[in-house]
Amino acid sequence: MPLSLNIAITHLMARKRQTLVSLSGIVLGTAFFLAVSALMRGSEADFIKRLVDNSPHITVSDEYRGADIQPATLQWPDAAINIRNVKPQTEVRGIRGHQQKLAFIESLDQSSGGLRVAPALTGSVVLTFAGRVQAVSLTGIVPATMRQVSTIEDKITAGSLDALNANPNGIIVGQGLIDKFKLAMGRNLNIATSDGVVRVMKIVGIFRTGNAAYDEGQTYALLKRVQTLLNRPNRINRFVIKLTDPYRARDVAAVIEQRIGYKSLSWLEASEDIMNVLFIRNIILFSVVTAILVVASFGIYNTISTIVMEKHRDIAILKSMGFHARDIRHIFVSEGVIVGMIGSAFGVVLGLGLMWLLGQVTIKSPFVSNDLVHLPLYNGFDQFVIAIGFAMISSVGASYFPARKGGRVHPVDILRGAA
Amino acid sequence: MKANNLVRVLPATIPVTLVNDISIDIQRGEFIAIMGPSGSGKSSLLYLLGLLDAPTSGQLWLDGVDTSGFDEDALADVRLAKLGFVFQFHFLLAEFSALDNVKLPMIRLGKLSTPDIDLRAQKLLSDLGLAEHMLKRPDQMSGGQRQRVAIARALANDPVLILADEPTGNLDTASAANVRQILRGLATQQGKTVITVTHDPVFASAADRRVALVDGKLDPHWVLPGMAV
Repeated sequence: MPLSLNIAITHLMARKRQTLVSLSGIVLGTAFFLAVSALMRGSEADFIKRLVDNSPHITVSDEYRGADIQPATLQWPDAAINIRNVKPQTEVRGIRGHQQKLAFIESLDQSSGGLRVAPALTGSVVLTFAGRVQAVSLTGIVPATMRQVSTIEDKITAGSLDALNANPNGIIVGQGLIDKFKLAMGRNLNIATSDGVVRVMKIVGIFRTGNAAYDEGQTYALLKRVQTLLNRPNRINRFVIKLTDPYRARDVAAVIEQRIGYKSLSWLEASEDIMNVLFIRNIILFSVVTAILVVASFGIYNTISTIVMEKHRDIAILKSMGFHARDIRHIFVSEGVIVGMIGSAFGVVLGLGLMWLLGQVTIKSPFVSNDLVHLPLYNGFDQFVIAIGFAMISSVGASYFPARKGGRVHPVDILRGAA
Repeated sequence: MKANNLVRVLPATIPVTLVNDISIDIQRGEFIAIMGPSGSGKSSLLYLLGLLDAPTSGQLWLDGVDTSGFDEDALADVRLAKLGFVFQFHFLLAEFSALDNVKLPMIRLGKLSTPDIDLRAQKLLSDLGLAEHMLKRPDQMSGGQRQRVAIARALANDPVLILADEPTGNLDTASAANVRQILRGLATQQGKTVITVTHDPVFASAADRRVALVDGKLDPHWVLPGMAV
């Protein structure tokens, strides 16, 4: 064992109570960091999971982001040309040549690490039942592909997606609409389009997402049926894409948009506001934890400062023997390192205990479902590394300043005072 | 060891001259007593000779090496390998046993293996009659025993020069006599140079040479009350 470490341990052992106080600062700091971090990041992950699960990772729509470059600019790229009020072209008729585009998106499966895509055609229709009228959005889907990219199947409370295949005139509506119109499974609805086409469709499924606007205003039918109804045979106006790794959505969306030209919106882009909120939450988390550890590091500073003051005589002895200032610093920084290591070790244990306790907490959802909800906890390796890192930095930092002061003690000053 | 025109001035608003133009030649194996009234600069001279303090001006040769211009770390290395200190108050590390205290300088020097360090520390303590007290801590020992531990520690790295600041100042007569005999023996039998600062005329009488210091200057005429220089 190095000499400085030996002396450091002896110093700490001689001041058990003070050492325990500074240790407990670090232990509590580390443990609270872990508990708070597990909870915050757990809820963040839970939130993102819901966001990611319930929304498409990428939506390709029949729009363009910007206007085409105008011929005048192409002709004279260096000229000062200003064309005002150029509007992006809108493909009112939907995505052109969607079969080839579908094939292209599917070909990205390998490079994007897993990708599912479903075509959809959405249009507005007016729904009439027993003299009441409601405008809703009707989305034409292919059940086989839709179930791979959407959680809608899990939300179905009666009937099924496959019922659409069995009955081409079937329609799936939300619980909100059912309640509003006092509908039930198997009832027929009149659907009118803007072209004046009217069809009768039968309710073959009911879903409930918990989002009122969605439950009242969204309906699903077979893609082929919607294409005929809206008079857009063989057209779609949306690709809904799910990725195995949702965090690659931005890159994949960029690849798709560059190739096929249509606006491809990733969920990260679509939910930027929420991502900003989460980012701010993380900043708050780290500020709080840094504050805890700064307070804890004052405990260490105090202890080691006191030891240095008390040990001026010892420092003078060691220096007169031939110890360098560096050796003296080593002693006191070692004390900080020891407190930091033991403190973060116990802190991790206590933190795991707190996380276990939090994991035991179950909450009965105050909303419809009767499921017991566990607090979402994150238990990734990285937060332990960060916790220990913070603890070590604060202990070493807090011990360095008294150590440096100790290293500067001049033996003659002490000897003159004592002898 | 040789000192040439050593001067040490304490920088302050009114600078204080602690040691004023002292030149001295000390032979190997010589036992020297520095004497003089309180505040005459005896201890300051000892700190200069012991390389604990750097002179404001003047040169100091130790073992044929000019130490002027050495930085703090270089001086510390010389102290570690060639010098040993004994102070008026025992100045041992309170949390360590006598044995550990003696081992410290050897561990720091790192020339001997751990078992050899252990053996040498035990031998040094046994030679000074502390065989039974090796594992005691300083506060469990008498003043005389502690001072002997301090001497053993000063000898740990087999230094050429032992410096002692009032080594008997705090001891009863019997212990003082014991310490005096030990230091005398170190000079006579082991050929170590011993420089001590003392007020004690009996102690000083054991030295080969007595040097008197008055107001930071060597004074060949100064006489300690009760004895001839």
